[in-house]
Amino acid sequence: MTVLTKAFYTLVSLVVITVYSLLLIGTMARVRAKAQGRIGQPAYQPFIDIIKNNSLRTGVSHGVMFFLGPVFRLAGGLGTYLFIPVIFGSAVFANFSFAGDLLLVMYFIFFGQLGMALGAGESGHPYTAIGVARGLAQMTAFELPFALSVIAVAAQHGTLSITEIVAAQQGGVANWVAFTNPLAMIAGMIAFLGMSGGNPFSVVLAPQEIPIGPPTEMQSSFLGMLQTNRAIFNGAKMVLFMNLFWGGAAHESLIVAILIMVAKTFLIYLYVTIVGASFPRFRTEQSIRFFIGVPTVIGVIAVVLQMV
Amino acid sequence: MADATTTTRTYAERGAPANAAVANPDPRTIAGGPVAAPAGEIATSPKEADVRTVDGQLRIFTEQLKLANEGLAPEDRRNFCDHPPEVIKPFRGTWEKFLNWARSESLWILGFGTGCGAIELRPLMTARFDMYRYGIQPRPTPRQSGVFVIGGYASVKTMKRIVRSYEQMQGPKFVVALGSCTINGGMYWDSYNTINRLDHYIPVDVYIAGCMPRPESLLAGFVRLKEMIRAGECEGANRYAENFEWYKTNQKRIIKNWNMPDYNW
Repeated sequence: MTVLTKAFYTLVSLVVITVYSLLLIGTMARVRAKAQGRIGQPAYQPFIDIIKNNSLRTGVSHGVMFFLGPVFRLAGGLGTYLFIPVIFGSAVFANFSFAGDLLLVMYFIFFGQLGMALGAGESGHPYTAIGVARGLAQMTAFELPFALSVIAVAAQHGTLSITEIVAAQQGGVANWVAFTNPLAMIAGMIAFLGMSGGNPFSVVLAPQEIPIGPPTEMQSSFLGMLQTNRAIFNGAKMVLFMNLFWGGAAHESLIVAILIMVAKTFLIYLYVTIVGASFPRFRTEQSIRFFIGVPTVIGVIAVVLQMV
Repeated sequence: MADATTTTRTYAERGAPANAAVANPDPRTIAGGPVAAPAGEIATSPKEADVRTVDGQLRIFTEQLKLANEGLAPEDRRNFCDHPPEVIKPFRGTWEKFLNWARSESLWILGFGTGCGAIELRPLMTARFDMYRYGIQPRPTPRQSGVFVIGGYASVKTMKRIVRSYEQMQGPKFVVALGSCTINGGMYWDSYNTINRLDHYIPVDVYIAGCMPRPESLLAGFVRLKEMIRAGECEGANRYAENFEWYKTNQKRIIKNWNMPDYNW
């Protein structure tokens, strides 16, 4: 397969995940609304919001770094997605996965936030700096159980390739990491709550605490780009966790495999939404204490169990 | 949806704000308006330029008829915009209609409570009224908001924040004036520190009459605003840019301690 063919396939996969993830974000907003006794926005609302933001006639840039902030963020989202195989065994949805992709993906999850910190810093708005500081602090905290669970899974299968980890989970539900290595799954899924930024770890982007944190100054197409990235990044993370813990998506028929992917990622996002609808918000120091407490201990035990 | 107390009127339906036959409802503003007296007429009149330097206020215009961020400390001036807003023409035809549809279906309200009417905004988020159904949601920063709901009376002190927030919003932006106070002052008609007529200071797209209008009225106003956006009638940002000097002069007549930038992005 030539690189161009692979790039074309990756583009197709990117469009699919963007559209699906935007619909999923809209759907979950409706789920949250139902929990609050409301009807909620239409499921396609994220699309309209992005069109609206990109169609604003004016926009303010505060300099090169401010301009590059959303670009880095989008690069982080794209980078995360492009190296994750979405459908096991499918050429179109394999993306650019390779032998050590798990490490690269973990790096890219951090990368976007760092770029955003630089961009938001140049806007000069104090709230963006506070938001970035909170975001990075929380991120460092949830990275700990996440990294431990990834190490446990990698040690379990003796590989850093996501494709091989998915391959090792084929052949039945009992082979899923969620059941063969439940402690790693628990640590990872708790870290995923922080990664998704929903309640109770939503203080970074909470409108009531500080005006929405890092994107405070972002508007017009800058915000449109961030919203697009949010969809891609969310999709990438859900697919990553599906691959790591829940057996990935594999079937002889591509359509069925996509449906499996949709069902699994929907349930993963639903879990985040239900937790978010059920719990109030942590302050930053509370969430840091939380992550370096029980989830980290679970992660350490998971790693130790793989070593002995 | 609309109850008996709700009337929403467009700018065009109201006609010119004031002319020779009708007394200016707010004596602190310059008679006439964006429609009756174009900006150029005010700006080029030397007599008017003289008037602007009196009243013991900060100077409104320089000799070049330019605002110069004079309310700011010299070291701060370079941090702010130094040119007035520009008119940006809409596209023509189907493309603009499509964009207007998207704008009308995604109304992000600036979540500032600028008066007692802001209390009517809060129930809109609750299960009973649920404004999210209409694509309306609050945003906490003017940068990301498209709709400014002026909740009732606007005191002179609040007007400073209203003007700055309005100018920081990115166009096309829309203003919904809630309550009688924004139309003619309402019960604050002869108050010493409350403006009487909002559209002398920022362009208003929809008025919602009442004291207080209920949340249903507010929703009816939003529905009317959506119709107007889809019809391409909500060009408030361009109207503000076209008549910038007129608006700025009116603002500076009431805001005595103008310690903020003259221009915002």
